Amino acid sequence: MIHRQTLTQLAADLRTRKVGSVELVRAFLARIEASQPALNAFVSITAEQALAAAEAADRALAAGRGGALEGVPIGHKDLFCTAGVRTTCGSRMLENFISPYDATVVARLKAAGAVMLGKLNMDEFAMGSSNETSHFGPVRNPWNTALVPGGSSGGSAAAVAARLVPAATATDTGGSIRQPAAFCGVTGIKPTYGRVSRYGMIAFASSLDQGGVIAASAEDAARVLREMAGFDPRDSTSVDAPVPDYLAGLDAPLAGVRIGLLKEFFDKGLDPHYERCVREALAVFERLGASLREVSLPNIPLSVPVYYVVAPAECSSNLARYDGVRFGHRCAEARDLEDLYKRSRSEGFGAEVKRRIMTGTYVLSAGYYDAYYLKAQRVRRLIAGDFERAFGEVDLLMGPTTPTAAFALGAKTADPITMYLNDIYTISANLAGLPAMSVPCGFAAGLPVGLQIIGPHFAEQRLLHAAHRFQLETDWHLRIPGEYA
Amino acid sequence: MALTRAQVENIAHLARLELEAAEIPQFQQNLSRIVDFIGELERADTAGVAPMAHPLPGLAQRLRPDEVTERDEHELYQRNAPQVASGLYLVPKVIE
Repeated sequence: MIHRQTLTQLAADLRTRKVGSVELVRAFLARIEASQPALNAFVSITAEQALAAAEAADRALAAGRGGALEGVPIGHKDLFCTAGVRTTCGSRMLENFISPYDATVVARLKAAGAVMLGKLNMDEFAMGSSNETSHFGPVRNPWNTALVPGGSSGGSAAAVAARLVPAATATDTGGSIRQPAAFCGVTGIKPTYGRVSRYGMIAFASSLDQGGVIAASAEDAARVLREMAGFDPRDSTSVDAPVPDYLAGLDAPLAGVRIGLLKEFFDKGLDPHYERCVREALAVFERLGASLREVSLPNIPLSVPVYYVVAPAECSSNLARYDGVRFGHRCAEARDLEDLYKRSRSEGFGAEVKRRIMTGTYVLSAGYYDAYYLKAQRVRRLIAGDFERAFGEVDLLMGPTTPTAAFALGAKTADPITMYLNDIYTISANLAGLPAMSVPCGFAAGLPVGLQIIGPHFAEQRLLHAAHRFQLETDWHLRIPGEYA
Repeated sequence: MALTRAQVENIAHLARLELEAAEIPQFQQNLSRIVDFIGELERADTAGVAPMAHPLPGLAQRLRPDEVTERDEHELYQRNAPQVASGLYLVPKVIE
């Protein structure tokens, strides 16, 4: 079956004309349509544009031309602007927003020949860990539709897990690539801050947001990331540094690699079944010749409170642009300008987005700025310093991606803190701007478990290499939920 | 720290949000929980630690040359505007 092929295999088969792009696109579109009632992974399906792009790709391939991903179907998280195609960010605020331009990530993947099949569902403005805050309804976990897929890139993770697309773009502000990848049993990478352009990526928290990929394997993720990454003059935080070939050296031996076990991640909050899978995965790395040692990062437990100052502060500032004037939702019959602002925003945003905006407004308001915002930025530096010291001793850090496997819809919606603590192991990498991955490493009570790998700045290749070697030894990443196999 | 109803209403006003009377207790409760939670930071010893504003060490925000690089595409951009006339965004009357 075509959908079981990895992206790497599909790209090769397209190149040798063993399969055509139109044929592939039709096959995946049929899977998407069939899955929608159960999974709701897509907000928009762009079948017509996809078939036109696939025909063009087939012509290019027949002429021996085309980019590295020519004809390969992909999905974009509905947070990346796509010219002429609705970009909602999971919000009523942008329900009818047609982006006038492509995000750099979208433009680069298009230039590489990838064919977009649609826009993937997500938590509203990427604020959520369960995909339940989407205005377009929750996405469900393909392993068990009573469970959440994680968030905010829940649509991307569920779509790859159910093989509705071979790979999807995603973004990660506090775990939004890694946590859903772990919950859905797929591979996700959040690159170093500044590695992938944020131009055309709808902003949530600008010092934390980073675009990345969710795919079935590390090799597939490397193949897509290679096309996405790199300097972009249109993003003032984009880093002007050469991008290595992420596919080079993936097969090299792991002997001598020093792995640090994040002591604070193996705490009492970690589910024992989950922990067993992660420890078994670590033993695989040991067998491959890597050395393991425990590393303590004492300030890590403060990551979540730091995040819930910094991210809402940046969010309240970024989301001030939604004023009902230039684009986005506008209320009917405004009495005056203030009424226009207030009602447009109140109607356009959901409860979680309002909570974050208000938290941010509070921590930035007169009298509280020093106590919360500046204090959080100081603790952020302590956390970054912990990582810096750790990477003086080890090459990679490893631990669980989440404290538990996927939970039930509605289980954590009553109390925001319970939901926020779900990102307890992922947030620190965003605070320090580090690249981090989640790799499938087993099943706890029938649900996927994620191994998290964190590296120093710009060490994406090192992460992908370790993950790929692990995937040569294991087949967790090849497991597909029964109904979609 | 429990936030009062008046505080929550003031925060909502500063954020240009209008909360319905019935939702205020819920926001009051949630935001009080969040404020307590982030209050944990107080315990951290940050004496002499400089605030970290950029996630990459030693990198300052880049400046670009002061040159015109974009075309005027206001018509394209205004297609998403709720109300436009003669190339201008329309809002309710501000000056009586």
